[in-house]
Amino acid sequence: MNVNFSMKMIGAVGLMALAAACSSTKSTGPDVAATDNSNTGVSSIVAGSQEDLEQNVGHRVFFGYDQYSLTPQAQATLQRQADFLKQHSNVRVVVSGNCDERGTREYNLALGARRAEAARAYLVSMGIDSSRVTAVSYGKERPIDPRSTEEAWSLNRNATTTISAVGA
Amino acid sequence: MIRQAVLAILAAMIGFAATPAGARVRIDITQANVEPMPIAVPDFMGGDSDMTGLGRDITGVIMADLDRSGLFSVIDQRAYVEKLSSVDVRPRFADWRIINAQVLVAGEVRQTPDGRIEVATRVWDVYSNEQLGAVSFKTPADNWRRAAHKVADFVYKSLTGEEGYFDTRIVYVYETGPKEKRTKRLMIMDQDGANPVLLTDGLNYQALTPRFSPTQQQITYMALFDNKPGQVYLFNIETGEQEQLGTFRGMTFAPRFTPDGTRVLMSMERAGNSDVFQMELATRRLTRLTDNPGIDVSPTMSPDGRRIAFTSDRGGAEQIYVMNSDGSGQKRITFGDGRYQTPVWSPRGDLIAFTRLYQGRFYIGVIRPDGSGERLLTESYLDEGPTWAPNGRVLMFFREASPGSGPSLWSVDLTGRNLRRVRTPGDSSDPAWSPPLP
Repeated sequence: MNVNFSMKMIGAVGLMALAAACSSTKSTGPDVAATDNSNTGVSSIVAGSQEDLEQNVGHRVFFGYDQYSLTPQAQATLQRQADFLKQHSNVRVVVSGNCDERGTREYNLALGARRAEAARAYLVSMGIDSSRVTAVSYGKERPIDPRSTEEAWSLNRNATTTISAVGA
Repeated sequence: MIRQAVLAILAAMIGFAATPAGARVRIDITQANVEPMPIAVPDFMGGDSDMTGLGRDITGVIMADLDRSGLFSVIDQRAYVEKLSSVDVRPRFADWRIINAQVLVAGEVRQTPDGRIEVATRVWDVYSNEQLGAVSFKTPADNWRRAAHKVADFVYKSLTGEEGYFDTRIVYVYETGPKEKRTKRLMIMDQDGANPVLLTDGLNYQALTPRFSPTQQQITYMALFDNKPGQVYLFNIETGEQEQLGTFRGMTFAPRFTPDGTRVLMSMERAGNSDVFQMELATRRLTRLTDNPGIDVSPTMSPDGRRIAFTSDRGGAEQIYVMNSDGSGQKRITFGDGRYQTPVWSPRGDLIAFTRLYQGRFYIGVIRPDGSGERLLTESYLDEGPTWAPNGRVLMFFREASPGSGPSLWSVDLTGRNLRRVRTPGDSSDPAWSPPLP
C-alpha cells in the first residue's frame, strides 16, 4: 500500500484503540539492538555469517498488532542490515514475515507477506539490489516464542532476515 | 502411495407395508429448540455368530451418528422389551411405546451368496404403527462402517426430510511437535473419526487449509515451504498424486474449489499485497477478480456460482465482502465490532459461516449473504475455520480452548446448542468436510 509512514502510524493507533483487549497495547516490540562491538574482535563469529547478522546487526524487526508499518526501531535495524549487506555483497537473504496467533491462518499468511515486503522494500530503498532479498510469509505457523502471552505475541509479530546463500 | 478408494455401496428399497398415510413423525430441524426425538435402535440381527457380531458393530455406529446429531435421543438398549426376530416381521408397537420410543430402527445383516453383506433396515413410527421407510445396502463386509453410516443417513432423512451427512469424510491438518517447529500433515478420516490415514509426509513443508472438491476425490491445499513462497497444490485422494497449481513468484494461498469443481478460487500475493484470483483447472487459465491495495483473502463461491464472498481489510479492520463471480459489485456485508475472517458459503446458499475476532475472543458465526441475521454459535480462546456439512445444517471448526492448549476439531449445529468434540488421534486443525460419498 502506498500510504505514507505517518498516516500508517495514525491508522495503527486507531486500530489499537478498536482492538482494545484484543491485543497488546504496545505498538512496538522489543527490537534487537546491535550488541557492543568491543567483543567482535575476540569472538569466533565469522563476519558476514548468520551469527554475525544475529549478534551484531539484529536479524528481526517487530510489528504492532495487525500492523505492517515499520517502527523507528525497525527502520534502524533494517538500516544496519542494509549496511551489513553492502559490506558482504556476496550474501543473499530471505526475509520472512510472521504473525502472532491472534488471527486466522489465511489472513495471517497475507499479513505476514506484507510484513516481509515492508522489510524487503526498506532494504531495497537503502540501495540493496532487489535480487538479493526474497520475501516470504509464514503467517502464524512459525512462532519464535511458543507461549500465549502478550510478550510472546509481540515477539512473534516480526520480519526475520536469514542468510540463504553466500557466493556469487 | 496412499490409496483411499471409496468402495461401492448398492442401495435398494425393500418392500413390505404400505406407504404411510396421514401425519408422520417428523423432526423440523429449522426450529431453534429441537427436543431430541427418543429413538430405539436394537442390535441389527444376524443369522450366525459372525453376522450377529457385525450387526452389533453396525448398530453401534448408527447409534453414535444419530446421537451426535443432537436430533435424537437413543434409548438405552437395556430398556427394550421386545426382542425382534426378523426385520420382516412387524414389531409389537406397544412394547416400544411403553419405553417412550417414538421411532424404532430395526435391521438385519445377511451374508450374500457372492460373499458380500446386505444390511436391511426398516424405520417404524411407533405411534402410528407405520413404516416410515425401508432400505437395504449391499457392500463388501470390510466396508461395514460405510453401510452403517448409510443407514444413519437414511434414518436422518426419513425423519427430517433433509439429506444426512454421516457417510462423509473429513480432511484436516494433523499437528505434531513443538509449536516453534511444528509438523503439519494432511490426515483424512471418516466423519465420526474412524479410519484416520495420513495423506502427506510433512518432511519439508507444512500442509495447510485443505478443501475438498465438491465433485471428485480431490483436495486443494497450501504447502508452506522454507525460504520460498507457499503454493497451492492439488492432491488426488485415490492415487496420492499431487501437483502444484501453477508456478507463481508470489505466494498462492487460501484455495477453495468452486461448487461445480471446475475452478479453484485463491489468493495470490504480489509485492506483499494479496488479491483474489480464479484458476480454471482444465486450461490453467488465471483470472484476477479483485485489484485492491487492501488484503483480499479467503474467497468462497455461492452454490449457484453467481457470487463470491471474501475477507478484506480495505476498510481498516478485516470484514466480509460479497461480489459477483466476475469480480464486479464488491460490497461489504459485515459491520460489527472486531474482525471478520474466513467466510464459507453454505452448500444450501442461505448462510455464510465466518470466524469473528472480538475483544480477545474468537467466535464461529453465520450471517445471511445480504448481511442480515448475524448469529454467533461458538466462542473460545480460538475458534477458527468453519466448514459446512454437505447438508448445510452442521459446521465443523477447530478450537484452542485455552491459551497454549493444542487445537482440536469440534462440530456445532445451527442452533449453537449441539457442540461436540470430534475424535482425532492428536492435535488437529483446519477441518474440511467432504461432499456425500458416491
